[in-house]
Amino acid sequence: MSVELLARIQFAFTVAFHYIYPPLSIGLGVLLVLIEGAWLKTRNPLYHRMAKFWTRVFALTFAIGVATGIVMEFEFGTNWATYSRYVGDIFGSALAAEGIFAFFLESGFLAILLFGWDKVGPKLHFFSTLMVCLGAHFSAVWIVVANSWQQTPAGYHIIGEGLNARAEITNFWAMVFNPSSMDRLSHVVMGAWQAGAFLAISVSAFYLLNKRHVRFARASLKTGLLVAGFASVMQLVTGHSSAVGVSRNQPAKLAAMEAHYAESAPADLYLFGWVNNKGETVNCGVRLPGMLSYLVHGDSKAPIQGLNAFKANERPPVNFVFQTYHLMVAVGMSLIGLSFLGLFLWWRGTLFTCRPVLWVMVFSVLGPQIANQAGWFTAEVGRQPWIVYNLLKTSDALSKVVTANEVLASLIMFTLIYILLFAVFIFLLDNKIRSGPDAHEELPGEPLAHLPRA
Amino acid sequence: MNDFFQYLLQHLDLNAIWFVLIGVLFTGYAALDGFDLGVGALHLFTKTDKERRLMLNSIGPVWDGNEVWLVTGGGALFAAFPEVYATVFSGFYLAFMLLLCSLIFRAVAIEFRSKQPMLWWRRMWDICFALGSILSAFLIGVALGNIAWGIPLDKDFEFSGSFLGLLHPYALLMGVTTVALFMMHGCIYATMKTEGPLHEKLRGWINNTIIFFIICYATATVATLVYLPHMSEKLKQTPWFFVLAILNMLAIANIPREVHHKRDLMAFASSCAAMVTLMGLFGLGMFPNLVLSNPNPEHSMNIINSASSHKTLGIMLVIAILGVPVVLAYTASIYWIFRGKVKLDPHSY
Repeated sequence: MSVELLARIQFAFTVAFHYIYPPLSIGLGVLLVLIEGAWLKTRNPLYHRMAKFWTRVFALTFAIGVATGIVMEFEFGTNWATYSRYVGDIFGSALAAEGIFAFFLESGFLAILLFGWDKVGPKLHFFSTLMVCLGAHFSAVWIVVANSWQQTPAGYHIIGEGLNARAEITNFWAMVFNPSSMDRLSHVVMGAWQAGAFLAISVSAFYLLNKRHVRFARASLKTGLLVAGFASVMQLVTGHSSAVGVSRNQPAKLAAMEAHYAESAPADLYLFGWVNNKGETVNCGVRLPGMLSYLVHGDSKAPIQGLNAFKANERPPVNFVFQTYHLMVAVGMSLIGLSFLGLFLWWRGTLFTCRPVLWVMVFSVLGPQIANQAGWFTAEVGRQPWIVYNLLKTSDALSKVVTANEVLASLIMFTLIYILLFAVFIFLLDNKIRSGPDAHEELPGEPLAHLPRA
Repeated sequence: MNDFFQYLLQHLDLNAIWFVLIGVLFTGYAALDGFDLGVGALHLFTKTDKERRLMLNSIGPVWDGNEVWLVTGGGALFAAFPEVYATVFSGFYLAFMLLLCSLIFRAVAIEFRSKQPMLWWRRMWDICFALGSILSAFLIGVALGNIAWGIPLDKDFEFSGSFLGLLHPYALLMGVTTVALFMMHGCIYATMKTEGPLHEKLRGWINNTIIFFIICYATATVATLVYLPHMSEKLKQTPWFFVLAILNMLAIANIPREVHHKRDLMAFASSCAAMVTLMGLFGLGMFPNLVLSNPNPEHSMNIINSASSHKTLGIMLVIAILGVPVVLAYTASIYWIFRGKVKLDPHSY
């Protein structure tokens, strides 16, 4: 395999694995703020138990998120050195701002959140929780800004010629508020809230089905449903505005998302289908005629630029983008349905006894994860062959001195490490869920029986 | 306010400022993560589970924040000197992949170790924690050694050497010296944070770590003077800079003295001062270069030819001026909140 393909696989694999955890941290952070706020207001010990339990889950996801995040930062330099030289002037400042404004805030106050229960007062502890949650969101801000600049570059000019060219910043705020960053940021943050909320919903539903920790589970389920309901609806709004933005800024990506080939004609919306790229048709598809034109322009007859307007080597892989996009939409719609069903049953008073719905909820934790991954694959594969849209091709962005064997070796290493990490993560998470909110942290068990249990 | 910033930015040597600021970030990383890597390097020498938990929990609330200095240093290097970032990380490819691997294992070992009671489980993560810490420290030292020695660069600043070429004796010596420095630093820190039998045990180790460090330090200094005359050029030109070298030696000499008087906090402060002055000497020797090219010194990367635009350096300076005081304030508060001897409680690792 070529260096380019290996480097892309490595980046996709490491970033996709990393992206399991930060959304959970962001979403659980919001839940922690709500729960601890409720505790501070009511002093109901139930909320205290909830805060402690969800903090332990938070700590686990945070640790792996940090460990795998460092890899991402340095991969730009190791695998994509030409890209780093090209965009360092712009992209680097967003990364540095993330370090200064987000990571320090998050990791500093995390110490108080995890270890400070008996060291500081409840108000300072709540403040720390708030800061950790804020830090996690800031992190999302700077990363999405940096990524959005790659999708819709703004506030720069190009210095130099050919492969020695590089982008230099001319307007910092135009770079930060580039045409796509706010739409994409709100979409990403809502996806993260869903990830956290549905984890809480899933665990609570599991307890209710097993009739364990019932009061705890009911309160957690309600909190989760409130956040999930809000975030799911907002996901529809932000998803729509993101798609409209894509139609304006990255027409090739939008055309690939709906397999729209005709150069300039009204476009249909597919519910599903399988793209035949050679014949430029969609097989076995179910479509709503003119619906894409309507959603983008408010007029079902409005023309939309199709893939035929682009040279063959400037089109993204159509079927892949089409499938990931439709997967994201389908899962997103199901999550809206599920959260509203949950809220409806809560209002009717039958939520905690409706076993089929609780069973669906147990598995709902996978929903946001699938949708988040699929959404990012749509966004990233959809802008191919460009690493910086219309400026730098992915194939030109590689490190010149790195060989295929080196990339392969590191890819194998990361695959093995990440499989191990994932197995341990699931094992420990499962263990925490099974031992429940009442289990004391850190069980010095048999070989350590001489230890005081504090 | 805006006018003030603009005036300031037009009249400052931003390239030199960013050379210093990157140095400050990496020095902060060495002084802070240095002690928790050092605690990791000593971890396997403690024998009982309680001792190991105490070691872990002595760094528990702070190691994560310490590592952020590396992340921020990396981000700042990317922004301020993208050419250096691109050259060093792609050139040292396998070495950095190994470093990433050891940092991952170390981080998750701290989090995972005490989550299960099984002996094999704890042993496994103990080994990961210690090996990850030692390997990280060693590779950081090897990287520094190569940057001072010089690496083969072509006229486009592309690395033209090989992985094995990075492992020459001087770089290896710097790697071992870094491990020794961090072990001493970590041992002093852990002594400061513990009490009772473990405290006495660690106190007994300090002298060994100091001796180990001084041997490495003396060898590395002689090797630098003999093989890398450019590293002491500035001291010859401006003898006043020699004060820094004297301060460095005084700080190191002060460590055993403070340990002897059982003033652990002062011993730790001396150890930090030793690291700061060492990095100062390193920076002074390198300036204005960031990476030397060997054998073609005319291809070296310096603060002008590898930097970002003036505009970016200015924006970054504003970000740093706004962010750094806040960061320092709450970093200090967190160290203050978790001051005193470490005790195991239900929230411990």
